[in-house]
Amino acid sequence: MKHRGLFLLQLGFTLLVSAFLIVPVILSILAGLTVNYFVGLESGLTLRWVIEVWTGYRETIFLSIGLSLACLAVTLVLGVPTAYVLAKRQTALTRAIEELLVMPVAVPGLATALALIVTYGSVSGFRTSWAFILVGHVLFTLPFMVRSVLAVLSAIDLQTLEEGAASLGAGFWSRFRDIVLPNCRAGILAGSLMVVTLSMGEFNMTWLLHTPFTKTLPVGLADAYASLRLEIGSAYTLVFFLMIMPLLLGLQAFAKPRPVKFVAEETE
Amino acid sequence: MTDIGKPLAIALQGCAKTFADGTRALEPLDLAIHAGETIVFLGPSGCGKTTTLRIIAGLEEPDAGGKVLFDGVDVTHLPIEQRNVGMVFQSYALFPNMTVAGNIGYGLKIRKTPDGQIRARVAEMLAMMQITKLADRRIDQLSGGQRQRVALARAIAVRPRALLLDEPLTALDAKLRDTLRLEIDSLLRSLGITAIYVTHDQAEAMALGDRIVVMEHGRVAQIGKPREIYQRPATRFVAEFIGTMNRLTGTTQNGVFSCRAGDLAWNEAPGHATEILFRPEDIRIAESDEASGLHGKVAAAFFLGDRTRLFVEVGEARPLVVESTARREFNHGDAVRLSIDPRGLLVL
Ligand SMILES: Nc1ncnc2c1ncn2[C@@H]1O[C@H](COP(=O)(O)OP(=O)(O)OP(=O)(O)O)[C@@H](O)[C@H]1O
Ligand SMILES: [Mg+2]
Repeated sequence: MKHRGLFLLQLGFTLLVSAFLIVPVILSILAGLTVNYFVGLESGLTLRWVIEVWTGYRETIFLSIGLSLACLAVTLVLGVPTAYVLAKRQTALTRAIEELLVMPVAVPGLATALALIVTYGSVSGFRTSWAFILVGHVLFTLPFMVRSVLAVLSAIDLQTLEEGAASLGAGFWSRFRDIVLPNCRAGILAGSLMVVTLSMGEFNMTWLLHTPFTKTLPVGLADAYASLRLEIGSAYTLVFFLMIMPLLLGLQAFAKPRPVKFVAEETE
Repeated sequence: MTDIGKPLAIALQGCAKTFADGTRALEPLDLAIHAGETIVFLGPSGCGKTTTLRIIAGLEEPDAGGKVLFDGVDVTHLPIEQRNVGMVFQSYALFPNMTVAGNIGYGLKIRKTPDGQIRARVAEMLAMMQITKLADRRIDQLSGGQRQRVALARAIAVRPRALLLDEPLTALDAKLRDTLRLEIDSLLRSLGITAIYVTHDQAEAMALGDRIVVMEHGRVAQIGKPREIYQRPATRFVAEFIGTMNRLTGTTQNGVFSCRAGDLAWNEAPGHATEILFRPEDIRIAESDEASGLHGKVAAAFFLGDRTRLFVEVGEARPLVVESTARREFNHGDAVRLSIDPRGLLVL
């Protein structure tokens, strides 16, 4: 009986916290679908705002998705080998690199953005292209990729696994493909999820780096909130949800850890 | 059973190893391992067994000047993946991202063996190790003993020129260790493969080795057949590391060794012997009415069924360990007389 009471208490608390977090989301979505938010739901539901957002801000959504995927590609190519080297060689230098990698996360995004503008702002073609924002996003998200891959690699005995593969005749590339990559799959997927979401939602740095031709979704969202009707801003959020949810759910499904089961020694 | 090819003869010439941090793990070592023999590296922790094995495997390079020869061919700078040696690691090093069958077939896949042949060979290995039922299991679904079998099967599947095993049984419980030790022994004999087996367990070394290399502080203390090592240890370290050794201190005069517990007639006694060593089984407990022999007092007695293990106080730093098959009972404080088989006496 006592257990049951405790359970109900915990359940209630969890539901309360969830509601606290989810209700604003629902309200925001509803706001994007009502004819007039100040009148309320009785003013009727409409897709007008959604369509308006779609026609006006479609570009920002596609740019954000493209940007986050490009960012993912770059962090994969740079991050996984970096994590591999950091995991294999524990020297003063690699430890220093590991620490340095956290810098872009610790330093405010605005400061990083300013540094980028001061340094490369005058390279004209670069400054106005989305690659400029990409550089910022990679700086910001790379540590997350490296860290999550490194965490997985440090948890397995990579050295011995590779030696085992080598003893069976596998050269470096075979080992990397057959042993290293599959065994840090969980870390790569977790890192990918981080990178995509962070890049998609990054505002601070992007706000400074963007130009009228390179407006990302969060920057557009800020614009919409600041200068247009509340309903449009909310509809924007709704569109954002619809675009990003399938992406994230897909990544999540990939990253799901496999169940671990132990089977006792069979007597033969 | 499974053709392994001509067994490999391995030679180490002047192989020393100094690690990057300055640790001298191995003094210059010369060693000739005959084709087809099972050789055991035995020694206390940190004596350089693993380092030697890794030099042979190609996972570690010896210091400049050292050479590793496979059938007379210098392979010192050949990386492990080109040496075609099978390895079994203490931690098994099985690939968690592959099934049991995937692990066993991996070496063949790397060698671009056709799929059909891989399947046949994997099935053969599974049957040999009696783990056919486990073929599709993942590694985290196996017990320790099963993992050990997979590791062996994986190493043998590629028909290596030699099999290197680094404490393969240490992670298992005592009973399973005995079973697997027997299996490994018959496996190595039936394959006729050159095998190097590292252990710090002397019973394992005695049971498996055609020859044993006893190591101490990065040096070879003695190489020999198990019986030689046990009965004719070359150094005090070997004598005390392997089996139980008793020690008496005293003086020798005219073929008689005298110590605190009495005199021992020993015609071949070297004149200078001030310390003699002997095994528990070379001591006989004399009948009480015999006048000769050493006097002692039973300090502790453990009845083991087939024999009694006694600790006998003889006025030395350590009591003598005596194994008696006598039917009588021994109690704490009993006075006993001991005689020692002169053939078992050692001076080192
Ligand atoms: N990578 C390394 N760097 C520095 N020192 C090392 C390294 N590997 C081993 N050593 C040292 O070399 C010596 C021999 O090590 P080795 O692993 O060969 O011993 P071992 O006989 O296998 O011992 P154990 O029975 O504990 O496995 C030890 O003193 C060890 O600390
Ligand atoms: Mg070792």
